[in-house]
Amino acid sequence: MPITPLAVTAYTATSALGAGLAAQFDALAHGRSGLRPNDISSAPLACWIGRVEGVDATDLPPALADWDCRNNRLAWLGLQQDGFIQKVRAARTRYGADRIALLLGTSTASIGATEESYRRLDADGGFADNMLRPAIHAPHSLSAFTAAALALTGPCLTVSTACSSSAKVFASAERMIRLGLVDAAVVGGVDTLCDSVLFGFNALELISTAPCRPFDAERDGISIGEAAGFALLERADVAPDAPRLLGYGEASDAHHMSTPHPEGLGAELALKDALARAALDASRVDYINLHGTASRKNDEVEAALVNRNFPTTTRASSTKGYTGHTLGAAGILEAVVALLAIEHGLVPGNLGGETPDPDCGGSFAWHTEQRRIDVALSNSFGFGGNNVCLAFARAGFTA
Amino acid sequence: MNALRVWVEGIGLWSPHLGDFAALRQVLAGERPAPPPKRPAATTLSPNERRRAPDSVLLAVEVAGQAVAMSKRDASILPCVFSSSHGDQPITDYMCATLAQAPAELSPIRFHNSVHNAPVGYWTIATGCLAPSIAVAAQRASFGAGLLEAASQVLTGQRPVLLVCSDTAGSGPLGEVTHCSESFAVALVLAPAAGSSSVATLDLRLLAGHADNPLPEPLVEWRRGNPSATSLALLALLNQGSGRCHLAASTGLDLQVDVACTDKELAE
Repeated sequence: MPITPLAVTAYTATSALGAGLAAQFDALAHGRSGLRPNDISSAPLACWIGRVEGVDATDLPPALADWDCRNNRLAWLGLQQDGFIQKVRAARTRYGADRIALLLGTSTASIGATEESYRRLDADGGFADNMLRPAIHAPHSLSAFTAAALALTGPCLTVSTACSSSAKVFASAERMIRLGLVDAAVVGGVDTLCDSVLFGFNALELISTAPCRPFDAERDGISIGEAAGFALLERADVAPDAPRLLGYGEASDAHHMSTPHPEGLGAELALKDALARAALDASRVDYINLHGTASRKNDEVEAALVNRNFPTTTRASSTKGYTGHTLGAAGILEAVVALLAIEHGLVPGNLGGETPDPDCGGSFAWHTEQRRIDVALSNSFGFGGNNVCLAFARAGFTA
Repeated sequence: MNALRVWVEGIGLWSPHLGDFAALRQVLAGERPAPPPKRPAATTLSPNERRRAPDSVLLAVEVAGQAVAMSKRDASILPCVFSSSHGDQPITDYMCATLAQAPAELSPIRFHNSVHNAPVGYWTIATGCLAPSIAVAAQRASFGAGLLEAASQVLTGQRPVLLVCSDTAGSGPLGEVTHCSESFAVALVLAPAAGSSSVATLDLRLLAGHADNPLPEPLVEWRRGNPSATSLALLALLNQGSGRCHLAASTGLDLQVDVACTDKELAE
């Protein structure tokens, strides 16, 4: 069943490309990667990372000091960009603090702070006094911090479905607004680089020692990044000129915990579900921001999915070569890329694909293209076979 | 806001004291049911998966299996909402301890089992479920916020949904800050309309503030020991037949739940 589209009345992202939308756009338009050699893990690990500049120098306001940890610093840095806090404040005045939902995705939350606590346990084997802050050692840390930072008191939920986390939140928000539980929703996600993900993906032999090469014939693994991103969703009638959330699709693979279904079963169900909810034919899609992690398997399955479902007029690329795979923040970061594509008529080139995998069909945009984009999709697939596809459109678009 | 109404079709429950919802009913009737075996049987998993699965997965799959069996629904088409305040604490303890000492020796299997959606991932694989699945957290409000997410999926999708809320006991230095003294898990199958398996209706409303739910001992003690056990306020009403409870849905909001049983016997 098609949904009534929602307005995306504000959005922002901060990644290895810089803080805020202008920095994301500039790097995407000029094919500039934000990846650099790993300089963050507590022990050496030869790989490239998408690290955000300035996180450690970002201080939380004194009233929020109990929430201090690297993940919440990145959240705070992200919230400062593009006037996002001011736009939420205006929505709070309009609707009331308890009429705005806060739904954030994360896979790391502030596990980095828990790791640090274990690195410097005190003499009796417990957490040091300044780490005895239970709220930062829980998956809900990011959302509870952000609720305090934005003074929101409505429904508040953390979604943690690995790398689809901050795409799922758009679906939850649409449901809550449709039922009248709230009038608006702040959605988004934040993930930070930490030992758990760097050494975890290393243990799974999924990390490349070079900058990641999505959809390249020689690709040999992912580069991990970090990011913060947020969006404000409201009913379409209050913002006739804002871009639209047209639809979303969600499905499970029922296949394996850490490898995708070989035929992309769940990914295809999520895509069809998103197109149905958006009342769209695949041929109307101008751009797809792919999950495109640069793992052997993901890219093979996803290239086949694109070839099977879209004409070559639909352009497709992964932007992981710019930002790295930002895991729980990838959904919102790449939703923002899709919205930038619509706003600026920009198809970001698939950075890192110098020798295109012959599996990739004519839809793949290997270099940056300028063209009008009315409809853009964003794919996000997570461990556990968790698949999401989001559909966005220009204001005034009718299917 | 009008109340959201959903129908309860299945109930699952597991803790070191209670092997299922029937055992809770015995406790509330003044009896002392025998405690369940140390590890949940989680028979929905294949023997292979059961061997590999961490405790958080066994716990969640056990209650999910109970609730779905009671509802007589086909698990392969039920969307799933799995909530947990802390995820798998023994794995988090293992990972942080290993990363502090020998990070390159981190186990790949424990890493992929550490994701918050591992229980719902194992569940969808075991049941062949291609429907949407989500894993969520909201600290002490994980049950109330999970129930709100599940009810909103039931009503917008007009289809039944499986809700699970579970937390393992804490361990190691982490356990000292999570204060989770023992495991607890609950599951509900919720439907948009009355059906042959309906046992109760839930009318849900969001209200500002927090209200307390008086509970008899030993339920008060159990509730203190695990955030998922905040669900005991609702489970006690499902036993009693009707009443009202308040479940935290966020820092400043309660979900007020009015329960009315349509089947006095529930699942014997």
